[in-house]
Amino acid sequence: MSEVQIPLDQLQKTCLYPAHVALQAKMSPFAGFMMPIQYNSITVEHLAVRQKVGMFDVSHMGEIFLEGPQAEDFVNYIFTNEIRGFQPGKVLYGMMCYPDGGTVDDLLVYREYQPDHFLLVVNASNIEKDFAWIQEHAKGFDCKVINASPEWGQIALQGPLAEETLIKVLGYKAAASLGFYEFCDVLYNGERLILSRTGYTGEDGFELYTSNANIVDIWERFIAAGVQPCGLGCRDTLRFEAGLPLYGDELSPEISPVMAGLGMFCKYEKDFIGKEALLDQKAGNLSRKVVGIEIEDKAIPRAGYPVETPEGEEVGVVTTGYHSISLEKSICFALVDKACSALDTPLCVRIRKKVFPGKVVKKRFYQTNYKK
Amino acid sequence: MSKIVEGLKYSESHEWVKVEGNVAIIGVSDFAQAEMGDITYVDMPEADDTVEAGEEFGALESVKASSELVCPVSGTVVEVNAELEDAPEKVNEDAYAAWIIKVEMSNPAELDALMDAAAYKAQIGE
Repeated sequence: MSEVQIPLDQLQKTCLYPAHVALQAKMSPFAGFMMPIQYNSITVEHLAVRQKVGMFDVSHMGEIFLEGPQAEDFVNYIFTNEIRGFQPGKVLYGMMCYPDGGTVDDLLVYREYQPDHFLLVVNASNIEKDFAWIQEHAKGFDCKVINASPEWGQIALQGPLAEETLIKVLGYKAAASLGFYEFCDVLYNGERLILSRTGYTGEDGFELYTSNANIVDIWERFIAAGVQPCGLGCRDTLRFEAGLPLYGDELSPEISPVMAGLGMFCKYEKDFIGKEALLDQKAGNLSRKVVGIEIEDKAIPRAGYPVETPEGEEVGVVTTGYHSISLEKSICFALVDKACSALDTPLCVRIRKKVFPGKVVKKRFYQTNYKK
Repeated sequence: MSKIVEGLKYSESHEWVKVEGNVAIIGVSDFAQAEMGDITYVDMPEADDTVEAGEEFGALESVKASSELVCPVSGTVVEVNAELEDAPEKVNEDAYAAWIIKVEMSNPAELDALMDAAAYKAQIGE
């Protein structure tokens, strides 16, 4: 993953930083923030989410609010997915693109219960860039843009026991009636809390957005209830197994949603920035695609390792790879020449001095367990 | 606080060496295994491979990261610890019991460049 190097003293801290230090988490810079990578073991935390429940500090994520009579038209213009006819209380995943189809960011759009109000949740590494991009393109629209990221904290509670745990600890019975990618507003200490049935793990779960003070309080209550704190280490292994992209690895200014295999989140019965380029790529005019590769060994394909044909021709590069904790296989995402992207195509990964044979497989390595 | 064994030689890149005659038995320190976290794979050379002091001879892989193994001495690999192929976690369990390779040294004078336990202890700040 390409990370801009920021001096340690200029790194931001989330409201939960003292809580991570108290738990003796291994801390590391990520997206301009000092974040917990793991508390005890990535494997233990990964399996807690797959089998029971775990929670993540994701307060570094960005919250950008849009409001105004033309907010819907504007969101639809910068967002690849279709928000017309999309009801309040619903969440939609998609991307913002450059005119050439490259990806500005991938994000969630919340249609708020208040008419003409939207919340955009963006990647921490892209908050400033996205805010500038949105402001620039909002000029022709009657729509106000507010970057509220510093005032909002966020906890992701994920795993098969997430609903039960949420109701037991915080009492919000409304959680049970939310379907996947739905949200509701509740009050916590008199302040707004957004209860969203979303996540980035392939499991059922919730993302809770509220004030920083509330987040600290909620974190402590979950800890007291025995919920496993989980770091960004297992957040990456979990999202990877579930076939979910990470901006910077599988999506970037050079990797469009179509190249990333995320064309289902682009809707063309409307006008949006990047539409022409994406349509052109969709028609077959693209050079590379993101694929899944499984290799027949325990060696681990890491980001940046070369992908080769069995004849030794270099045809791509690994973007994310692990020895999968849930599946006990070595698998990776890789950006490869389109000619090599069909399922079952034999491809090899060069790991240090050795070449390991494998083949193209479906990117969703793990069967997800979302709430219907 | 990590464990350091007296009588071994240590490299700056956290490998330990136990000398038996002209053979160097090589592993990684307890400090290194703790820094890596759960080790899931040990990439090792094969017997009869030639290794050079200061050159990579394999790697440790944890879930998140991969860390190169740097050979403290030059020579020929006489044995690799095949047990680690199926049980890489043994490095976490006891880094000094889980040796990785044995090398027939071609230049034993290279051992003089390595640290003793006290110097290594100072290097890792303990």
